[in-house]
Amino acid sequence: MTQTNSAEPIQKVSIIVSHGSLEGVYPGLIMANGARMEGIEASLFFTFFGLDAIIKKRMNSLKVATVGNPGMHMPTLLGAIPGMSAFATGMMKKEIEKIDIPPIGEFITMIHDAGCQIYACRATVDMFHLKPSDFCEEVDGVISVGQFYEKAAGAQIIFT
Amino acid sequence: METMNIAGKAIELDADGHLANRNDWNENLAREIAAQEGIPELTSPHWAVINFMRTVFEKEGDAPSIRRLTKESGVDTKTLYQLFPKGPAKRAAKIAGLPKPKGCI
Repeated sequence: MTQTNSAEPIQKVSIIVSHGSLEGVYPGLIMANGARMEGIEASLFFTFFGLDAIIKKRMNSLKVATVGNPGMHMPTLLGAIPGMSAFATGMMKKEIEKIDIPPIGEFITMIHDAGCQIYACRATVDMFHLKPSDFCEEVDGVISVGQFYEKAAGAQIIFT
Repeated sequence: METMNIAGKAIELDADGHLANRNDWNENLAREIAAQEGIPELTSPHWAVINFMRTVFEKEGDAPSIRRLTKESGVDTKTLYQLFPKGPAKRAAKIAGLPKPKGCI
């Protein structure tokens, strides 16, 4: 293992959010906000189902995945019972609020106000036939992977 | 332990470079720390944030998160980042003579 203590501090991060579940979206947002709080330049790139976090109609109704999520420690059939995901989501939202993490919509505004750029993935937008008016106003643009790499020049890329 | 010299007096600092003793703090010291942090003048919105942080810390033992600052100090997120560039929560805490905030948000 290399000694990293004397290494250059991180100046810039580009965070990719690719999952649309509540537990899939929050980590990327917390990392982006945390970067800005440390004075680190940050941008967020939402792709595939991660786009739900910046779609006006969906951003505040993301759910916790109770099926196919071993971290829930819940048998698959139990997780599939109607209402289970809503129940788990309610619990998580309550706990998240307790530690002062805002709901997704408010968090996106806060992160954008903090100076983090927010981008949507061109390929996903085309695939799902999304329109610019579907997105929340914080979205700075719909960009291709190539443009993402251009903007990420000099950054650490974090995929979530 | 690291110290900083202000008006001929050595002030003790913690490992993060924040004041080790909250009681050493006064408004002149705040201006001095702000100047070192690249903030040449503390304006009234700066003081609103600093005083809010000190009040919360007094009651709760930790500096408030950015979200609480935004919601309760009367200064919005954008302005916070303008007032305290490169990390408002941490910098404002330092200027307010408080330890580095523990929370992630």
